[in-house]
Amino acid sequence: MKTNALHMVGAINEALRQEMTKDERVVVYGEDVGVDGGVFRVTDGLHAEFGDQRCFDSPLAESGIVGTAIGLAINGMRPVVEIQFSGFLFEAFAQIMCHAVRVRNRSRGRFTCPMVIRTPYSGGIKALEHHIESEEAYLAHLAGLKVVIPSTPFDAKGLLLAAIRDPDPVVFFEPKRLYRSFKQEVPEQDYIIPIGKAALVREGTDLTLIAYGAMVRECHEAAAQAEKEGISCQIIDVRTISPIDRETIIAAVQSTGRAIIVQEAPRSFSVASEIMSFLYENLFQSLKAPIARVTGFDIVNPMARGEDLYLPNQNRVFQEIKKVMG
Amino acid sequence: MGIIDKFDPLKEQMVQILDQDGNHKEDMLPAEMTDEVVKEMYEKIWYVRLCNDRAFKMQRSGRLGTFASVKGHEACQLAVNLALKETDWVVPYFREQAIMWDHGVPMENIYLYWKGNEWGSHIPEGVKCLPPSVPVGSQMLHAVGISWAAKMRGEDEITATFFGDGATSEGDFHEAMNFAGVFKTGTIFICQNNQYAISVRRNVQTAAKTIAQKAIAYGMPGVLVDGNDPFAMYAVTKEAAERARKGEGPTLIEAYLYRFDDHTTSDDASKYRDESEVENWKPRDAVIRMQKYLAKKGLWSEKYQEELIESLKPKVEEMVKKIDEHPDPTVDDIFGYTFAELSPEMERQKEYLKKSLGQ
Ligand SMILES: Cc1ncc(C[n+]2csc(CCOP(=O)(O)OP(=O)(O)O)c2C)c(N)n1
Ligand SMILES: [Mg+2]
Repeated sequence: MKTNALHMVGAINEALRQEMTKDERVVVYGEDVGVDGGVFRVTDGLHAEFGDQRCFDSPLAESGIVGTAIGLAINGMRPVVEIQFSGFLFEAFAQIMCHAVRVRNRSRGRFTCPMVIRTPYSGGIKALEHHIESEEAYLAHLAGLKVVIPSTPFDAKGLLLAAIRDPDPVVFFEPKRLYRSFKQEVPEQDYIIPIGKAALVREGTDLTLIAYGAMVRECHEAAAQAEKEGISCQIIDVRTISPIDRETIIAAVQSTGRAIIVQEAPRSFSVASEIMSFLYENLFQSLKAPIARVTGFDIVNPMARGEDLYLPNQNRVFQEIKKVMG
Repeated sequence: MGIIDKFDPLKEQMVQILDQDGNHKEDMLPAEMTDEVVKEMYEKIWYVRLCNDRAFKMQRSGRLGTFASVKGHEACQLAVNLALKETDWVVPYFREQAIMWDHGVPMENIYLYWKGNEWGSHIPEGVKCLPPSVPVGSQMLHAVGISWAAKMRGEDEITATFFGDGATSEGDFHEAMNFAGVFKTGTIFICQNNQYAISVRRNVQTAAKTIAQKAIAYGMPGVLVDGNDPFAMYAVTKEAAERARKGEGPTLIEAYLYRFDDHTTSDDASKYRDESEVENWKPRDAVIRMQKYLAKKGLWSEKYQEELIESLKPKVEEMVKKIDEHPDPTVDDIFGYTFAELSPEMERQKEYLKKSLGQ
C-alpha cells in the first residue's frame, strides 16, 4: 500500500481531489476556494485541475452558499462547500437548521440533502476575533445533521470521504491548529473511516481521557506525563460528535472506572455535558471517581492575547488527572 | 440639483474632481477645500500610512496579529470624516484605520485590537465610533439602528458606515439598505469598492455594472465616486450628510478605489493578481494626485516631504511603544465583561482557572 507523509491540509485536499475524480457530481465552492485555493490552501490546485465548473469562488454570502448547496443536493449534485471560518457558519444557520437537516424528514424521504459543509474551526493559532471559537455544540444540537471533527491527517481523509458519500448533510470541522502541525503517513488509496465511530487511540487502565480535534494531542501529552508518575491513561478520540458513539465511550470508561472529558468549547450545555450525562446514566454504579471535565469557560472567547488563558492544555489536563486519581 | 443627482450610476458615471495629474475641476471644487485643509489631509494620510507600514513590521516580528492594510483607502475615509461632525457616528468594518483615528479613536487602540487585545476596542468616552466589525456586512445594520435611534431621540446625529465590495453580497447588506430606505434613517452607506474580496474579483460579487446602482431598488440615491479623489468624496459625502440631516434619508456611495496591499498580513495576493495591475493603479493613488495638486500651488517640495516624514516618525514610535507596553489580559479581565455580573458558576470557573495557574 503506497502512503505519503501529509499534513491534515494535504490529506483533505487529497480526499477532495480523489472524490472529484471519481464522482462527477461533486462540486466544491465557497469564498476564495478557486484560484486562491482557499485561505488555508485546502483546495489548492483543484481549480486548475477540474476547472471553473467543479471548483469555483462564490459571492461572499454564507447563507447563499449553504442555501444553494441544499438545492444542488436535492437536484442530484454532491456539493462540498466551504465556510471560510466556522465563526461565520451562523450567517448560514437558518438554512442549515430550517432546511438542510429537515429535507429528508419533511418530504418523508422523497427529497434528500447529501452535502458537506467544511469549515476551519477552533483556536490555538492566535487568529482574529470570530476565528477562534468552537461551535460544535450548536450544530450537534440539530437532529438530522452529522458533525465530524478529525484529529489526524489519516482520519481527516477517511472521514471526509465518508462524509461526501453520506446520504445526509454533514458539517466537517477542521481544527486549524492541526492543519500543518504534524504529518502522518496517509494511504494513497481510497478508504473511509465510518461516521459515528469513536477510536481508542491510547491503551490504559487507570483512567479514560475523552477528547476530539486539537485536544486529542493535549491529552496524549498529559497521558505521557501521567505515565511517568505511574498513572495509566487511555484516550478515546470521539471523531464524530453527532451521532456520538456511546458504545465505544461507555465501554472504555467501564474498563477504567474513571473519566475526564476535554474540549475547547465553553463548559455549559456542551458536548462534554452530553458525554458526561450518558456516562452517568450507564455507569453510575461502576465509577471509581466522579467524572471530570476540562473545558473552555462560559465567557466570550478571549482574543489572541488572552487565548492561552482560555484554552485547555496539557497542564490543565494533567492537574485534573491527578485530582481524579486522588 | 446636487452632484449626486447629476451622476447616473446606471450609466457608470463617476464623480471626479481631482484627476491623477493633480488637475481639478474648478466649478466643482468644494469651498471648504482650502489649501490648509488639503495640506492637513495630505499630512494625515501620511501619518496613517506610516502607522500602517510600521504595524506591518510589528506583525512580521510577531508583535501584532493579522490585520488589514488601509493603504489606498485613507483619502476616501478622511474626506468622509471631513464632511461629518464630531457628534456623528462612524460604524466601520475592519479597514478603517484612517477614519477611526480621525474621528477620535487613538491609533494605539486600533492596532491594540489587531494585537488581539480587547482593550483596543475600549473607545474613549465621547467618541462616536464603534470598534471594527469582522463578520462581513454585519455592521451596516447596527449603523441603521444607530441613526434610527438618533431620529427617535430627536438628536442631530447621522451615521456613516463602511463596507467592502464583497460585503454587498451578504444578506445583511440588503436588509440594512432596505430598513434604511423604509424608515428613512440618516445613514450614509460607503462601499469601499477596492476591486477584491480577498482573492475574489468584484464581477464575481454582482452581475450589476455598479454597486451604486443597487441603491435605486431601495428607494435611495446611489452615486459612484472616484475613491482616490478626496475632493469628490468630500463633496458627495457632504451632500449625503445634508440630506440625512434634513430627514431625507440614506444615500449609498460607491467609492471606487484599489487595495494596494495584500488583503491582510496573512494573504498573498501574488497568487491571484498580477503585479502589473497594482502598478497600473499606483498613479491613481490619492497621495500622488494630492502631491501634484499641492506642488502646482507651490505648497509641496521634496524638502517639505522629508520634513513631514521626519516629524511624523516620533509620533508613530509613540504609538508602537504604547502598544508594546500594554499589559496582556488577566484572568479577571477575560471574565469581567461577559455579563454585568458573574453567575455563581462563572465565579467558580474563574477561581478554578486562577488556581490552576497557581495564582
Ligand atoms: C461573514 C463573513 N464571512 C467571511 C469572512 C472572511 N473574510 C474576511 S474579509 C473577507 C473579504 C471582504 O471583502 P470586502 O467586503 O470587499 O472588503 P475588503 O476586505 O476588500 O476591504 C472575507 C471573505 C468574514 N470575515 N465574515
Ligand atoms: Mg473589497
